[in-house]
Amino acid sequence: MNLNLHIWRQKNKDTKGKMVSYQVNDINEEMSFLEMLDVLNEDLLRKGDDPVAFDHDCREGICGACSMVINGRPHGPTRTTTCQLHMRFFNSGDNVYIEPWRAGSFPVLKDLTVDRSAFDRIIQAGGFVSVNTGSAPDANEIPIGKEIADEAFNSATCIGCGACVAACKNASASLFVSAKISQLAMLPQGAAERKRRAESMIAQMDAEGFGACTNTGACAAECPKSIDLANIAQMNREFIGAKLTSELV
Amino acid sequence: MSWLSKTLSSTIGRKLIMAITGLFLVSFLFVHLIGNVALFYDDGGASFNKYSHFMSTAGIIRVLELVLVLGFGAHIWTSIQLTRLNKMARPEGYAYELKPAKEVSWFSRNMGLSGSIVLIFLVTHLQNFYYRYHYEEIPYVVYAPAQLYPQAKNAPKEVVTSIDSVAGHTVLHVTQKQAETIAPQLNTEALKDMQQLVQEVFTKEWWFAILYVVAMFLLGFHLNHGFQSAFRTLGLAHKKYTPFLTNLGGLISILVPAGFASMPIYFLIKAFM
Ligand code: HEM
Ligand code: SF4
Ligand code: FES
Repeated sequence: MNLNLHIWRQKNKDTKGKMVSYQVNDINEEMSFLEMLDVLNEDLLRKGDDPVAFDHDCREGICGACSMVINGRPHGPTRTTTCQLHMRFFNSGDNVYIEPWRAGSFPVLKDLTVDRSAFDRIIQAGGFVSVNTGSAPDANEIPIGKEIADEAFNSATCIGCGACVAACKNASASLFVSAKISQLAMLPQGAAERKRRAESMIAQMDAEGFGACTNTGACAAECPKSIDLANIAQMNREFIGAKLTSELV
Repeated sequence: MSWLSKTLSSTIGRKLIMAITGLFLVSFLFVHLIGNVALFYDDGGASFNKYSHFMSTAGIIRVLELVLVLGFGAHIWTSIQLTRLNKMARPEGYAYELKPAKEVSWFSRNMGLSGSIVLIFLVTHLQNFYYRYHYEEIPYVVYAPAQLYPQAKNAPKEVVTSIDSVAGHTVLHVTQKQAETIAPQLNTEALKDMQQLVQEVFTKEWWFAILYVVAMFLLGFHLNHGFQSAFRTLGLAHKKYTPFLTNLGGLISILVPAGFASMPIYFLIKAFM
């Protein structure tokens, strides 16, 4: 198939970018979307042009690196990561618009690559449990009911891709932050730092400049890991509880 | 900053203000709607005018009025702050517009629009009724026992503007001045004729009737998303009850605006039949 691509090109953080059109030909429908971009880049390199920069790593849907908004949808028309999106979802002659995640807290570094270290700083603020170093604790040492283990696991599947922020009209990071807060709030290992975690992660989320949540559900609808919107309500619950009862002022 | 102002100025804190004031405003809508049903009683406005009189004079209601103004104020003020904050979170927009997934309702994405139109409506509504009732000269009405009608119906125009007889009452339509003399004579209190004012606004200034009906659609849109969203904001979402709350919100978003919209429609139909 042949496609008309319109891709955001931006030299670096400090320059203005713009959409640039490219034509790619003879694309196989079994290729992934990233492989299609590889074909384009080889073409550009051959011509001596600058290839399109985009993030990718595992190419098997588990790392969350492959961030791009395709025709107005983060990761494109299906609810997968971009690396798991296949070209059979497109038709020959289609116009395909490709842009980076857009959020003040995710500055564009080059073309489709954005800086997502705001997420790292939120996790550093409290998205962990503190344990003693030394020999690893025994597996299953702390019994956890299956329902709770399952729920916590669902929240733990977040890969930090940032599609939720990209999809939200407010560029809110609520789904990402709430997935981690909920996961650890449900587990006994997270209990000791529960209040401090909720307070510091949410404070960091605000400090990074993400928007507030309007509960539109656009995030959960685009999340490749199907993180449930109910996580956000749980985060709000944790926030209210922590603010009313924690010793931190 | 104290912990409280820190809490309430965070993104979630601001949303808590929206949710608490929003649900409070929903409860106000119910009270307001139930009270206004008195407009439909065919008793020469007796029930509605007595209700209006009570609502504008009782001390407890004046206190609640203040709470209501503060509730609206906090809701609107916080909505402006949130809208600004949310806009700032994406300084450079998408070149090719975001296409929300089909699960995402139009209502949820346009709370600012529906809220703003409700606000415009609110201002005209207060001018039409609250302001005129309190600060402009409007007709008065005196309710006398039914058996007085034969004797009163020939009263001269200087004393009573006009007289009706309706179920259970003789209704004396008077001006404020006339009311001052006639009410003490009949040993009763003259009331402002709010029923008459409502009827006149909706029939003589019929464009307001249309604005009211349109605004009620927008209020419905606001509540369709707002009701269940407020519970989520307050931390309440669970597969056990969220579907129920969503359906309840859907029902409220139809019934409450339809109830309010039925009033101008009723007066228009009555006037032109
Ligand atoms: C009787 C009138 C009103 C009622 C019953 C009402 C009710 C609500 C409710 C229940 C919510 C959901 C809160 C949440 O998501 O936690 C809400 C949100 C909202 N309201 Fe209202 N509201 C009213 C009037 C207004 C007005 C006059 C405005 C603005 C000028 C407004 C602007 C908003 C906005 C922007 C939101 C969304 C906030 C967000 O989630 O980002 N509302 N309203
Ligand atoms: S919640 Fe979903 S969309 Fe958001 S970062 Fe995690 S995996 Fe990505
Ligand atoms: S490249 Fe790892 S998820 Fe797509």
